[in-house]
Amino acid sequence: MEAAVKEYTYKDFASDQEVRWCPGCDDYVILRSMQKALPEMGVKKEDVVFISGIGCSSRFPYYMDTYGMHSIHGRAPAIASGVKLANPDLSVWVITGDGDSMAIGGNHFIHVLRRNIDLNIVLFNNEIYGLTKGQFSPTSLVGQKTKSSPYGNTQPPFSAGELAIGAQARFFARISGNTPKEMTQLFIDAEKFKGTSLIEVLQNCPIFNDGCYVKYTDKAVREDRQLFVEDGKPMIFGKERDKGLVLNGLKLEVVTIGENGITEKDILVHNAKEEDPTLHQMLVRSEYPMVTGIIRSFDDVTLEEREDALTEQVKSDSLFSKTDDLFFSGDIYNVF
Amino acid sequence: MIIATENQKQEVLEAVIIRFVGDSGDGMQLTGTQFSDTSAMFGNDVATFPNYPAEIRAPQGSLYGVSGFQVHIGSVEISTPGDNVDLLVAMNPAGLKTNLHALKPGHTVIVDTDSFTKKNLEKALYETNPLEDGSLENYRVIEVAMTSLTKEALKEVEGLDNKSITRSKNMFALGMVYWMYDRSTDYTIEFFNKKFKNKPHIIEANTKVLKAGHNFANTLELIPNSYTIVPAKMEAGTYRIIMGNTATAWGFLAAAEKSGMELFLGSYPITPATDILHELVKHKHFGVKAFQAEDEIAGITSSIGAAFAGDLAITTTSGPGLALKGEALGLAMMIELPLVVVNVQRGGPSTGLPTKTEQSDLLQAMYGRNGESPIIVIAASTPADCFDYAYEASRLTLEHMTPVLLLTDGYIANGSAPWKIQSVDNMPEIKNNLVKEATENWHPYDRDEDSLARSWAVPGTVGLEHRVGGLEKDNVTGNVSYVPENHELMIKTRAEKVKRVQNYIPDIELEFAQEGDLLIVGWGGTYGSLHSAVKKMNDNGYDNIGLAHFNYINPLPKNTGEVLKKFKKILVCELNSGQFVQILKINFDEFDYLQFNKVQGLPFANNELIQKFKSLVK
Repeated sequence: MEAAVKEYTYKDFASDQEVRWCPGCDDYVILRSMQKALPEMGVKKEDVVFISGIGCSSRFPYYMDTYGMHSIHGRAPAIASGVKLANPDLSVWVITGDGDSMAIGGNHFIHVLRRNIDLNIVLFNNEIYGLTKGQFSPTSLVGQKTKSSPYGNTQPPFSAGELAIGAQARFFARISGNTPKEMTQLFIDAEKFKGTSLIEVLQNCPIFNDGCYVKYTDKAVREDRQLFVEDGKPMIFGKERDKGLVLNGLKLEVVTIGENGITEKDILVHNAKEEDPTLHQMLVRSEYPMVTGIIRSFDDVTLEEREDALTEQVKSDSLFSKTDDLFFSGDIYNVF
Repeated sequence: MIIATENQKQEVLEAVIIRFVGDSGDGMQLTGTQFSDTSAMFGNDVATFPNYPAEIRAPQGSLYGVSGFQVHIGSVEISTPGDNVDLLVAMNPAGLKTNLHALKPGHTVIVDTDSFTKKNLEKALYETNPLEDGSLENYRVIEVAMTSLTKEALKEVEGLDNKSITRSKNMFALGMVYWMYDRSTDYTIEFFNKKFKNKPHIIEANTKVLKAGHNFANTLELIPNSYTIVPAKMEAGTYRIIMGNTATAWGFLAAAEKSGMELFLGSYPITPATDILHELVKHKHFGVKAFQAEDEIAGITSSIGAAFAGDLAITTTSGPGLALKGEALGLAMMIELPLVVVNVQRGGPSTGLPTKTEQSDLLQAMYGRNGESPIIVIAASTPADCFDYAYEASRLTLEHMTPVLLLTDGYIANGSAPWKIQSVDNMPEIKNNLVKEATENWHPYDRDEDSLARSWAVPGTVGLEHRVGGLEKDNVTGNVSYVPENHELMIKTRAEKVKRVQNYIPDIELEFAQEGDLLIVGWGGTYGSLHSAVKKMNDNGYDNIGLAHFNYINPLPKNTGEVLKKFKKILVCELNSGQFVQILKINFDEFDYLQFNKVQGLPFANNELIQKFKSLVK
């Protein structure tokens, strides 16, 4: 029995707290996109829960007028799992950063994806530690000079998508921090997906890592450097819409439509719903073009569905309806 | 009530301690459990203590692979599994070597002579065979070729391999001991029928061997006399034998039912706490959500999430796991959510002695978090009262909106004792602080005037959307606040809230002398040892000794100071180097405290306590 969901506007989801991120930070874009997406999701405001860890991104729940918890470093996926298992009717969101999810919280990050609990994770990836003022993160590039790597970073980076799909993520999307319209839609799609959804936002940190994504995200080059994939559509990009992806052996290759006899029919058609993640992994790894949009969206059984089915089974087989039935069962004896 | 038996040479005893020892694959835990359950059914009071190696299958015959199970049965109140044993059953030389010291001189040891081979003697580091070299002359040795007799008994049973045959020799030993103590084999045979429902040949084999052992002891007159332990005088009621960890799990089931809340357990396997997880995962029919997490931290944090969403949330662990949970426990304290953490203490520090017992996590429980983060700390003291304190922990956390740390230990968690079954209908009420409907001007940190517990609104409640977090928050709104005076106020409020729990817990009750020369002070799992030692002293005329045993540690009961004042000397006995005594010193520095400490991974022995007590009184 679904009660009708009230009509909301983005203002209904803005709390009375002053937003304290640095001017020009992409986090503002993410916040506004989320506030705009929520009224479109068909969820009740009181059913929305944001759980964050520690870091710049993790201040997010304070700015949302929903239920929320700003928890401890790296643990948000485990806390959110508890929230969702306790009350599966809630719309549960994890807000995390590259350090929070892939360094200190790496274990919870991979396990929540493996279990496929129906919750959504928004990963603000700025390839730097912002709140502690500029140390390299697990996604910083080799050679990157930071406060803790003055001569250049020597630790090779994780790719969030590669790690996630390796951990059996069923839904992975990537979006540039300066494309609010697409981001808003991705949040709606993520909520609709049954299972754990991971959205990686390529988020510029204007203070400690300014311009880290500029070669993919700057308006001047965006269309030529980014491929925004959509399920069922050919993987075509470029200002002139003349570039596309084909498979050459075991590698993706960029081709130009109209050259060397290539036509649109030769271009790979994106299948986000495919169970086999091989091609999805290739898309995740591609640097030219940088692939954004929903790369993987494979429908699978969720942990709650498995648990519910088992619970129903056990309940219907059980002779116990209250604890007295258990306590007084089996080997008991009377003393007079 | 004396049970009549056909055996003429009866010796009526009040209590007997039996220890079964053998290889870790010899089934000693099962043998011991069967004996204690059968005795309880017969009406005896019982206490048991398993003692097994950390290795699952240590090399056969080795000294460190010895597994033991001690049972104390009596017609009188039994408060501990006991120290020195009246009967030792040793299935191999290693078991004999490592346990003979515990056998009272002149008492009986039953050995399986078939296992005293050259190889096994070497593995047990015996240079000569103790059965032949006279080293057992102070004991009554009963030599039985148990393995051969078992094989003989089973020669006509089809479908058994050699391994299954040898494995059932423990039932031969059990059958013998049943006869010696005048116990029926019925209960155990019924157990076989249930346990091996689909394996009729295993039922037949075990039953045959059990009866063979029983008959062997009866007819071959190898055993010179027999003992009878009459039923104990126990409070009337319906009982069952329960292990501490099971009792803990059931206490939470009862609390969930009484409070009308759903139970959530987030946990990661760790010895000796895992049996609580094992027990709770069975009870999906009560709506229990038991979540085996990826690590200790996810165990507690998933529980914090469940508490935020409105469940009765608990997490279970042992010492090293508690260390990992420290930061998250601080968060639960900071956001003032209900949460019970069970720490089944084991020998520490670090990995320490996982299968042994100790009380050395008390100060970790009190202070093992960053900043000033007081929480409620309580401790169970017997296998059966683990039920009561799990229930009490749930009541306190829900009513006071602060985490509760429940301490048990390996000794009471793995030990078993009769539990007078409690119906949930007769348990105390459990209130909670849930707000179901929005009211004007509601704030998440609105507090109850008396208890200072904050108001609890959970996701799904219309109009009460709010944020909590680990950052310091404003006293009323819960919004982030860096105001210096507010921080100090919040530090004091959180401490005062825990202190006021004193108004909601019982006073400590003195046992034995109500005033006098010596007060024995203990806490948690040492109750059985201390109680029986003080009782023995009182029985022997030392009526100037009292016992104050604490279950509430933070806060201490209100009357603690008055109780301490009534005695000339105070002796604080703990299985650590002196932790509770530190807490007493902080709270009541006007008294002098004597200490008796033991940190060997073992419980107190009755005689060492009595010796110590005698040295302090005339």
